[in-house]
Amino acid sequence: MKQVSIAVLTMLAKFFSGATVRWVNCQPEECQRVYFANHTSHLDALVLWSSLPKNLRALTRPVAAKDYWTGGPVRRYVSSLFNPLLIDRKQVKVHDSPVDMMIREIGTVYSLIVFPEGGRNPSGEMQEFKSGLYYLGKKRPDLELMPVYIDNLNRVMPKGEFWPVPLLSSISIGAPIWLEPGESKHDFLARARQAVLDLKEQ
Amino acid sequence: MSYATFFQSNLLDSTTIVLLVAVLVTLVVFTALGQYLKRQPEVAIDQAIIRTFNNRVIAWLTIFVVLTITMTLPRVVTVVFFGIISFWALREFITMTPTRRGDHRTLFWVFFLFTPFQYYMVARLNSGWFDWYALYTILIPVYASLFIPGRIAFTGDPKRFLERTAKIQFGLLICVYALSHAPALLYLNLGQYNPATGVKEVWQGKTGGLLLFLIIMVQFNDMVQFIWDRLIGKQVIAPSVNNTRTWEGLIGAACLTGLFGMLVQLLLPVTPFTWYGSGVMALLISVMGSSGKMTMSAIKRDRGIEDYGTLVHGHSGVLDRIDSVCFAAPIFFHVTRFFLSMPQ
Repeated sequence: MKQVSIAVLTMLAKFFSGATVRWVNCQPEECQRVYFANHTSHLDALVLWSSLPKNLRALTRPVAAKDYWTGGPVRRYVSSLFNPLLIDRKQVKVHDSPVDMMIREIGTVYSLIVFPEGGRNPSGEMQEFKSGLYYLGKKRPDLELMPVYIDNLNRVMPKGEFWPVPLLSSISIGAPIWLEPGESKHDFLARARQAVLDLKEQ
Repeated sequence: MSYATFFQSNLLDSTTIVLLVAVLVTLVVFTALGQYLKRQPEVAIDQAIIRTFNNRVIAWLTIFVVLTITMTLPRVVTVVFFGIISFWALREFITMTPTRRGDHRTLFWVFFLFTPFQYYMVARLNSGWFDWYALYTILIPVYASLFIPGRIAFTGDPKRFLERTAKIQFGLLICVYALSHAPALLYLNLGQYNPATGVKEVWQGKTGGLLLFLIIMVQFNDMVQFIWDRLIGKQVIAPSVNNTRTWEGLIGAACLTGLFGMLVQLLLPVTPFTWYGSGVMALLISVMGSSGKMTMSAIKRDRGIEDYGTLVHGHSGVLDRIDSVCFAAPIFFHVTRFFLSMPQ
């Protein structure tokens, strides 16, 4: 039953987003990865997850906002299908930071989908990245950090809307980057952000 | 309405099938020719032209193969097929058009109410007690064009108001309303003038032939114009709109398409037209198809894009292939209906 629901869910996500997926200079692989993408819509996590090949979907967990995905029975049910890692945005504990939790949860099996901008921005302009990605790369240098550019999905379902409109969007996944030895937090985050922006042009 | 009439499937007669097979064979030959030319680097034709030619021939072949399959099935299947094409073309059109947040809910109704309902009405034409044809012809031009600005006004965003409503309305009109006239051809009750007596009698052919005639003439016109523009054309019509379309191509394609229309009717009469009527209809289709191409070019240039296919990475550009059909279908439908319609 759950398999059927997942199939329906991914089919709906693909239909409404009309998303094509491009793997630019990289291939889908089962190694542990962190996909980091620009954040424009509540559908981002779901659509990006749906666009991965089936074998990778089972191994990939989107990091999503707890307050959104636990709001109401429908969202709770949908989120039980794509197995997200829910982060409480309001209560960030010092001794158990989200990054520590992510690292603990993925173990040596799972990959993650993260949105380093934090919230969605209504203007469409990409914001500065938050530092979580840097700490992920620092504490787990073996993770492949994959930049992802999501185009046009904010028009499919803008903030505050319930029904999506089936426009066309695209997802571009680029070659992995790693934290260089001695690279500062600021430099790394700027480079990661640029890697996402570069995919827009390619 | 009885379900027997809803699912009646006799769209093709033997003449139509012969024509369909001839077109398929021609397209297969062209595909083979294109693939051969691609492998001949020393041929004096530009490789970019060959690549475009190959893409188009493969797109046409796909269209005709799918059309052949749907026309052997109940005619409602062909209607659904065109409905899907409309939906996809509208997606491309609205994706290209800058809309604002306030348009979101209007777009929802455009996609999920007006588009399916328009095609639902095509499938109900000439059935039941309700005059579906009356509603079919005015739903989008009248009701949708009142609904769209009204609904957007209620969202309280007046910025570029007329521009936004006009764009959504135009997209709906071209991609859905105009194209829906192609499958509506299947539901016409037509007569044919008896040349000996001049009296209109019930036409014995199958309406699948009309749709096929429209699509073949549009594609023939596109192809002739494409080749003529590239190989002979000199006088570009409007360089800022489209720098490849020439007067020579336009006029040459119109004449050849008109002659081809006559030829088809003389050899394989799939429509109720006389041979000269068929030529005039083909000419009309040619002129409308070329207008459609020019119009869509103008929109694309205004938006600064090459093809709808390059709009979002990896999409194939349905609108690029059907723009000429969209413009030709309503005129072809209405002229046919005006002259040859029979009371039921």
